[in-house]
Amino acid sequence: MNERVIDARGLRKTFGETLAVDDLSLQVSPGEIFGFLGPNGAGKTTSIKMLLSLVTPDEGEGEVLGHPIGSRAARARVGFLPEHCRFHDSLTARELVRFHGRLHGMRGQPLETRIDQLLSRVDLLDAADRPLRGYSKGMLQRAGLAQALVHDPRLVFLDEPTSGLDPLGRLLVRDILNELRSNGVAVFLNSHLLGEVETTCDRVAFVKQGRVVHHLTLGAAPSSFEVEIRAVPLDQPVLDGLARFGTIAGRPAEDRVRLRVTDDAVLPDVSRWLVSQGARLYEIRGRRKSLEEWFVDVMGEDQRPG
Amino acid sequence: MSSILTIAHLTLYDARRRKILAAAALCAAVFLAVFTTAIALATRELIERPAPFIERQATFAVFSILGLYASNFLSVLLAALLPVDALSGEIDSGVMQTLASKPIGRSEIVLGKWLGYGLVIVTYFLVVAGGALIATRVAAGYLALNIGTALPLMVLELLVMLSVSIAGGTRFGTVTNGIATLGFYGVAFIGGWVEQFGALAGLQSARTLGIGVSLISPPDTLWRLAAYYLQPDIVRTLGNGGPFSAASVPSALMVWWAIGFTMVTVAVAVYSFRGRQL
Repeated sequence: MNERVIDARGLRKTFGETLAVDDLSLQVSPGEIFGFLGPNGAGKTTSIKMLLSLVTPDEGEGEVLGHPIGSRAARARVGFLPEHCRFHDSLTARELVRFHGRLHGMRGQPLETRIDQLLSRVDLLDAADRPLRGYSKGMLQRAGLAQALVHDPRLVFLDEPTSGLDPLGRLLVRDILNELRSNGVAVFLNSHLLGEVETTCDRVAFVKQGRVVHHLTLGAAPSSFEVEIRAVPLDQPVLDGLARFGTIAGRPAEDRVRLRVTDDAVLPDVSRWLVSQGARLYEIRGRRKSLEEWFVDVMGEDQRPG
Repeated sequence: MSSILTIAHLTLYDARRRKILAAAALCAAVFLAVFTTAIALATRELIERPAPFIERQATFAVFSILGLYASNFLSVLLAALLPVDALSGEIDSGVMQTLASKPIGRSEIVLGKWLGYGLVIVTYFLVVAGGALIATRVAAGYLALNIGTALPLMVLELLVMLSVSIAGGTRFGTVTNGIATLGFYGVAFIGGWVEQFGALAGLQSARTLGIGVSLISPPDTLWRLAAYYLQPDIVRTLGNGGPFSAASVPSALMVWWAIGFTMVTVAVAVYSFRGRQL
C-alpha cells in the first residue's frame, strides 16, 4: 500500500510550443498541508489540473490516493476548489453542494445532513437558499469549499482559496484546514498569499518555469535562521571568521552583514568571537527567514513580477 | 447512469432559469397569439364568404402546417442556441473544472447535457406545436393529419440540431459554435430548396445535389417529410414551392440516416470532449 496521497513522477505538459510543466515530481503524505508556490505562469495550475485529470500529461506517471492519475478511482476521494470559483450561478449554495454530493454518489438524509453541517461550518447557513449570482467573492469561495468537502475527501486541492476572503474568512479557512489536517486529510494548497502559506503549510515546493526547484519543510528548514550584525570593522578577515558560524547572505555593507545559520544558539558564540577580534559590536539580532525571502531567494533576481 | 441523470438534472435546473429560455417562451406566446388570431379571423371569413368545403379544408390544412412550421422553426433555433455554450461556455468560465474533477466520465457529462437539453427542447416544441394544433382545432375545427408520424420526425430534427450544437461546443468557442450550428441548419435549408426547385423544374442535377446536401445536413429533410405527411391529398395535388412543397418527397430511409447521424454526432462529441484539455 502506497502511503503517499500524491506520488507524481516526471509529469510533463506542453501546449503547442509552450512548456507548461517540466518533470514534475512530488510526493504528499496523508495529513500534510502542502504549499505549491511559484510566480504567475510557473505551471502551478497546470500541475493541479494534471493531478485532477483535467489535463492529460504528455509524459510521466503517478498515483493519487493509490490510483493511477487520470483514473476515476483517483478522483473519488478528492475535493477541488478551483481558482476563480465559477459555478452554475443560478443554483443556491445548498443546491450546489447537493449536486456535487450526488456526483459522488451521495443521496438522501445523509447528504442533507452533511450539507447543513458544511454550510454551517463555512458560515453560509443564512444565505444557503439564495442564488450564487448574488454572492460576494468570499461567499463563493466558502460555498466552493463546502462543495469540495461534501464527500469527506482524503485529499483536497485548493487553488487560491483565500484570495477573496476578508481576515475573518481567512481565519475560518485556516481553522478548517487545521481540522482537515488533524483528521488525516491532505491539502494541496496553491496560493500567492505567502503569509497564509507560512501560517498554514507543513511543507512547500517552489515551482519555476514548470519545474519544482526547491522543497522546504516550514519551521524546520536548515539555514532558515538569519543573524543580522552591525559591527565595525567588517573587513575580510572578520568576514572569513564569521563564515565559520554560517553562510554570509547577500553582499555585506561597510558595517552590516547577514549570516545564515541553523538556529539562534550560535548568537552568543558569534558575539564573543567578534568582541575577541576587537570589533565594536553595535547590534546583533536573529530572526527566522520569512517565506517571502525564501521565495525571492529561490526564484532568483532574474524573476520579474507576473 | 445516475451521474448522467444528475448532470441532466443540473442542466434542466440551470436551463429553466436562463434568459434564452424565457425569450423563447415569450416568442412562443407571441406566435401562438398571432396564430390563433389569424386562424380565427380566417375561419370567420371563410364561413361568411361562404367558401366550398374543400377550399376551407385546404386552407385550414395549410394554416395548420404553417403553425407547425413556425413551432418547428422556433424549436430549431432553441435547439441550436440553448446548448450552444453548454460545454464551451462552461469550459471558458471554469465551471467545467469542478464538474470534470468529480469521479464521473467525460461521456457522462456530454450525455447528461444532451439528455437535459433534449428534454427542455422537446418539451418546448410539444407545448408550442400542441398550442398550434389546439388553436386550429378550436378555431377551425380542423386537426392536422398524421401528427403521430409528423411530430416524431420534427422531434428527430431537433435532436439532430441539439447533437450538432453540443458536439461543436466540445471544440469551438460559444460564438463560433453558434454560427457553425446555424450555418449547419442553413446548409440543410438551402439543400432542401435546391432539391425542391430541381424537382419542380425537372432538373435532376439540382435534385441530386439537394439530396447530397441533405445527407450532410439532414434537418430540413425531416421537416419536409413531416410536412408531406401533414398535407391532405388536395394540398399535395395543388403543389407549391417553399418549405411545404411535396414536389420531391424525401425517402423514408432519411429517417434512419438522421438517427444514425445523431448517434454518430453524439459519439463524436463524447470522443472530442474526452480529449479536451480543461
